[in-house]
Amino acid sequence: MYQFRQTLARVYAFVFILYLLIPLGIMGAAAFNDNKTPSIVPWKGVTGKWFDALFADETMWLAFRNTLVVAVAVSLLAILVGTAAAILINSISGRLRTTLYGLMISTLLIPGAVIGISTMIMWTKIGNGIHSDFILFKPGLHLSVLGQVSYIAAMVMLLVLARLQSFDEGLEEAALDLGASHAQVMRRILLPYLYPAIGAGGAVAFFQSIENYNVTQFTRGGANTLTVYVFSKVRSGITPTINALALMLMIATLALAIGFEINRRRKARIEDARQAEARRATALEEAF
Amino acid sequence: MSAGIDLENVCCDFGSFRAVDTANVSIEPGEFFSFLGPSGCGKTTILRMISGFIEPTHGQIRIGGMDMKGQRPNQRPTALIFQNLALFPLMPIWENISFGLEVRGVDKAARRKRAQELLDMVDLPDAADKMVSQLSGGQKQRVAIARALAVEPKVMLLDEPLSALDLKLRQHMRAELRAIQKRTGVTFIYITHDQGEALAMSDRVGVMSQGRIQQIATPRDIYNNPVNGFVAGFVGENNVFTGSVVSPSAGMAGFDTGLGRLTARLGDGALGEGIKLYVRPEHTILTETEGAENSVPVTVSEVSFEGAFIAVHAKAANGQTLVAEVRNDGAATVPAIGAKRFASFNAAHAAILPDAFTGG
Amino acid sequence: MGDMFRRYGRAATLIICLLTAFWLAMLVVLPNITLLESSFRPLLPVTEIGGPADQYTLANYLKVFNGSIDTTLMGIPVNIPVHVLTFSLTIFYSLLVTILCFLLTYPLAYYMAKILNPRSLPTIFLLLCVPLLVSEVLRAFAWWIILALKGPLSTLLVTLHVIDKPVRWISGYNGVMIGLVYTYVLFMIFPVYNAMSSLDSNQIEAAEDLGSPWWRTHLRIVLPHCKPGIASGSVMVFMLSAGSLLVPTILGSTTSQWFTQTIQQWMFDALDWNTAAAYAFLLLLMCTLFVSLVMKLFRVKLSDIAK
Repeated sequence: MYQFRQTLARVYAFVFILYLLIPLGIMGAAAFNDNKTPSIVPWKGVTGKWFDALFADETMWLAFRNTLVVAVAVSLLAILVGTAAAILINSISGRLRTTLYGLMISTLLIPGAVIGISTMIMWTKIGNGIHSDFILFKPGLHLSVLGQVSYIAAMVMLLVLARLQSFDEGLEEAALDLGASHAQVMRRILLPYLYPAIGAGGAVAFFQSIENYNVTQFTRGGANTLTVYVFSKVRSGITPTINALALMLMIATLALAIGFEINRRRKARIEDARQAEARRATALEEAF
Repeated sequence: MSAGIDLENVCCDFGSFRAVDTANVSIEPGEFFSFLGPSGCGKTTILRMISGFIEPTHGQIRIGGMDMKGQRPNQRPTALIFQNLALFPLMPIWENISFGLEVRGVDKAARRKRAQELLDMVDLPDAADKMVSQLSGGQKQRVAIARALAVEPKVMLLDEPLSALDLKLRQHMRAELRAIQKRTGVTFIYITHDQGEALAMSDRVGVMSQGRIQQIATPRDIYNNPVNGFVAGFVGENNVFTGSVVSPSAGMAGFDTGLGRLTARLGDGALGEGIKLYVRPEHTILTETEGAENSVPVTVSEVSFEGAFIAVHAKAANGQTLVAEVRNDGAATVPAIGAKRFASFNAAHAAILPDAFTGG
Repeated sequence: MGDMFRRYGRAATLIICLLTAFWLAMLVVLPNITLLESSFRPLLPVTEIGGPADQYTLANYLKVFNGSIDTTLMGIPVNIPVHVLTFSLTIFYSLLVTILCFLLTYPLAYYMAKILNPRSLPTIFLLLCVPLLVSEVLRAFAWWIILALKGPLSTLLVTLHVIDKPVRWISGYNGVMIGLVYTYVLFMIFPVYNAMSSLDSNQIEAAEDLGSPWWRTHLRIVLPHCKPGIASGSVMVFMLSAGSLLVPTILGSTTSQWFTQTIQQWMFDALDWNTAAAYAFLLLLMCTLFVSLVMKLFRVKLSDIAK
């Protein structure tokens, strides 16, 4: 009976993973179907023409460029703000900490539509209030950036904070004691220690920004991002060019993810080797 | 290059808690000085005040005669070796060692050269390009010392740096630390709760308890002539008798206990409450016949073999246990359990001392 | 604060505080205050803004009750304002998605935490993360392909003679449900798995050793232990579902309407930002209430949910 339940669980896990992956497989495969509707049935032969059509689509390229610009801007801002916030939270305590931390976390729970609308209304109102035609106060992708940062910064903050909590404050003191200035401590000791978390935060921010729809939709003005573009294509007449795009995005992100994973394992191996050496040195010491 | 350190009426409060109370001490240039005390006695606070991480609430700290008030840690001529060493895990060893030079703007080639010299000095010539996680505990210790020496401090502050090592290595590192201190001539201030460490390495020791410096003296004086019960009890073992002083004269006094009248040296301030008589176990001898002075009839209750000596525990008439230590010279005779003996000690080796100096 | 001065110096402390203040004030607090303020203002031509007609009013919120329609709820015919209906259905179906996600996830999380060889875990994680790396719009699009009238699902089932003619799968809220579950189920797996993996396996064995049947072991030992994970997963799935705009639009049918779509219509079709603000605020209020309810029900703190 116990064995049976284990087998059942194994089968379930297998089916579940199929459930997650098959839709993506179907979507990818449809990119090669020589059929005007994006589907795998009826299969009308293999073609690469949807990829050609995709590369010829200038709107797509513009949207693609916009997406990258927004994602890079969001990552940079979110890293700056999120890291600063993590350092702040890590050095305060009591009610102030609870309040600020709660406020930061709550941004993760605000629906994207609400963030989008509130960002849009506030900045345009400021623009109207000071009678400024400055671009900042008009709907556009810069407002999308600000809106996205408002919650993505919290993700960066959480990642950096987790790393900060394992940081030995003694290292800062040791550096100060050796004569380093505060700026040098920050640049040579604290930030290098945080880089892995900041890097992970940047990657998360980048992906979150690329896939964001809700905030962007309410703030973008007339500009397109890739997500918005794909969405409009799905709504209006679609051809399998979208599938071609989807397939390429999937492959790119998957390659990046696997690259990260390989890098992580490589670093873990190096660290293991170092610790093995330390153990050998310790054994040698004890033998004296 | 080394500098002396003066603490003048230094106090440090954390809220209503007084961590360090009116500390006065003059440490000579080139001296190896230890602060010894149990955890929470204020010794680490003193160290952090000297290094500049904490400002004293009152009083003055001078290094080389200069008032350190308002001087931040990175402006003081001190180098601190942390309890956990605080080596920078992301820098190779040579960058760790030359970090102090890097922040002073020394160019890379010179830094690299200096790091190698220091590594040679601490006997780790091949470690320059290793990472911290590749080193053993003892090797990390040496790197920490090299890193502190690299900035050519006038004063080295060491916060129990040996506590993470195992016993044998710790003893080896003691000798090495002492040798490095002699070779460089830098003033060492060493913090520890391990009396063996403090006594073995230091020129002078300051024993601390509850924020107050109880006694400052050479290791030999601390052990042989403790000024109060706390020092006597923290540094070494004692047989302790309670009672009251009678007929003091010429530095000696009688001491009435439940076991009769004993005689001993009378310590300063041995008045009023909490006065006891202290005598070391190695100065206590067991004889079959009653001794000339300070002789208490006892029954042997336990014999424990400690290697270099044998400790004999014996019960007096009032139930108090006295310990006599016999050097294990191969010929020592050990009484059987239950044997009747007399425990005696020389009055010159015993002292009547007040409890502890708590100020006021 | 004093600690920060000592550790980082004056300049860095100032920069850190300014950056955090910019985030919390300019990107979080002020926009939401503006949202609330705008929601009480009437829609006016530009020239009249700030004029005598620009008075605070509840009118935007009361629009929820305009235009009733007849419908049936669980077989009972009711007359209900259309936006109230949308709002209620959004809550109802978001709850349904949350429950479905939990039911789908629980056995898998148990398998991963307690049965699977830990050495295969990284591989499973990588496989599970693949859909996360594909954007939401594409995941919804994938199901749009599958569920199409003459799409792969119908074709497969017709070939297998399960059904005799293609079925219109995207009808009512079916498509939205399928899409939301697929899109957000991963936000349930990870918290539940995390909670489950911290359970000492000996507890399960002790329960079985004491003669507890498997279902009772789960009910009394495993499930209570996973409470914080379930709370955090539920909050995420519910919030994301209720706030979703992509999935309901792509996989919605003519008879499905999601509250975010209503907000969007006020914003871009009616160009009435103030009413959109009022509706957005209602959505925010509902989400806040849900989070508070879950926190109370499961006795967890906000910081536990954020993990």
